[in-house]
Amino acid sequence: MNISALIIDVTLWGSVLILGFMAWQRGRVVLVSSVREGSMDFINIVPRIALGVIGSGYIAAVIPPEVITGWLGPDSGWLGVLAAVIAGAATPGGPVVGFSIGAVALKVGGGSPQVIAYVVAWALFAFQRMILWEIPFMPARFVWFRAAVSVPFPFLAAAIAMAIGKP
Amino acid sequence: MIFIGGLVAVCAGLVWRRDGIDGVLKILTEDLWLFGEIMPRVLAGCLLGGFIAEILPHDKVSRSLGPNSGLKGLLIGTAFGAILPGGPFTAYPVAAALLTVGADFGATIAMVVSWTLIGYGRAVAWELPILGTEFTLWRIVISLPIPVLAGALGRFVFVRMYPKGEPS
Repeated sequence: MNISALIIDVTLWGSVLILGFMAWQRGRVVLVSSVREGSMDFINIVPRIALGVIGSGYIAAVIPPEVITGWLGPDSGWLGVLAAVIAGAATPGGPVVGFSIGAVALKVGGGSPQVIAYVVAWALFAFQRMILWEIPFMPARFVWFRAAVSVPFPFLAAAIAMAIGKP
Repeated sequence: MIFIGGLVAVCAGLVWRRDGIDGVLKILTEDLWLFGEIMPRVLAGCLLGGFIAEILPHDKVSRSLGPNSGLKGLLIGTAFGAILPGGPFTAYPVAAALLTVGADFGATIAMVVSWTLIGYGRAVAWELPILGTEFTLWRIVISLPIPVLAGALGRFVFVRMYPKGEPS
């Protein structure tokens, strides 16, 4: 197990213990009902996560990274930004995949604003993360609403990057 | 669920045609492993959501994160998203809990967007080593205004889409 995973687990379970203690201070009833509530959520979500996690490997396997890097390409300008945003939304897989594709795109000559737009779009509305993580936990109406209002922001990030000439 | 199941089945079929049964089984074992690894974290996230829903006083939450909380509500949502520990297994259950205890779409959007764009967890664990310090820091600086702006846009659209409040 690597160190960052360990830190994540420690902070996560530490927060659970602190909040659990706070709930216990409010009385046993509060503790029991919140644990029951959380466990029911967990039981409801496990099958969906199972499908998502076990299935996402197959989705990632049929969308080769070369396709996405090709879209990001060395062509710059707003068309490149648009391609980057679409590529970000279409990128499957976990954090390693998205950031690695960004790194490859930088290496093969993709412009920084395009790569910024790619990383931001991928963080905001990668379809696979939305389907796998966000929809199981949250009301679907909220998820689509959030994704829709997020659409302008990769473009804004690219515009800022172009304006300040960084990174 | 059915749509995702179908998509997964189609993709698994494509992998099977390309790489044979070995390719299918290799991905399956890898993903089963990953699944076992994240299950405890998902449980922790659900428990956090449960505690937050019970502990946080509804009237206070709806005052500080509700539809009339103004810029301050969006800033609180942003700060909360930025410091929240853990990955999607924490962020989404907690965000769902905030919605049920009275936060509006705008503040919750600010929180989710802040977690994904300026939360330290993913940046430190993955982005810094892969994309380098300079790129990561500038990417975060450029992203700083986005959670508040996304939350504000969310509110702006929400009151026009649902003038009488959210339909149940």
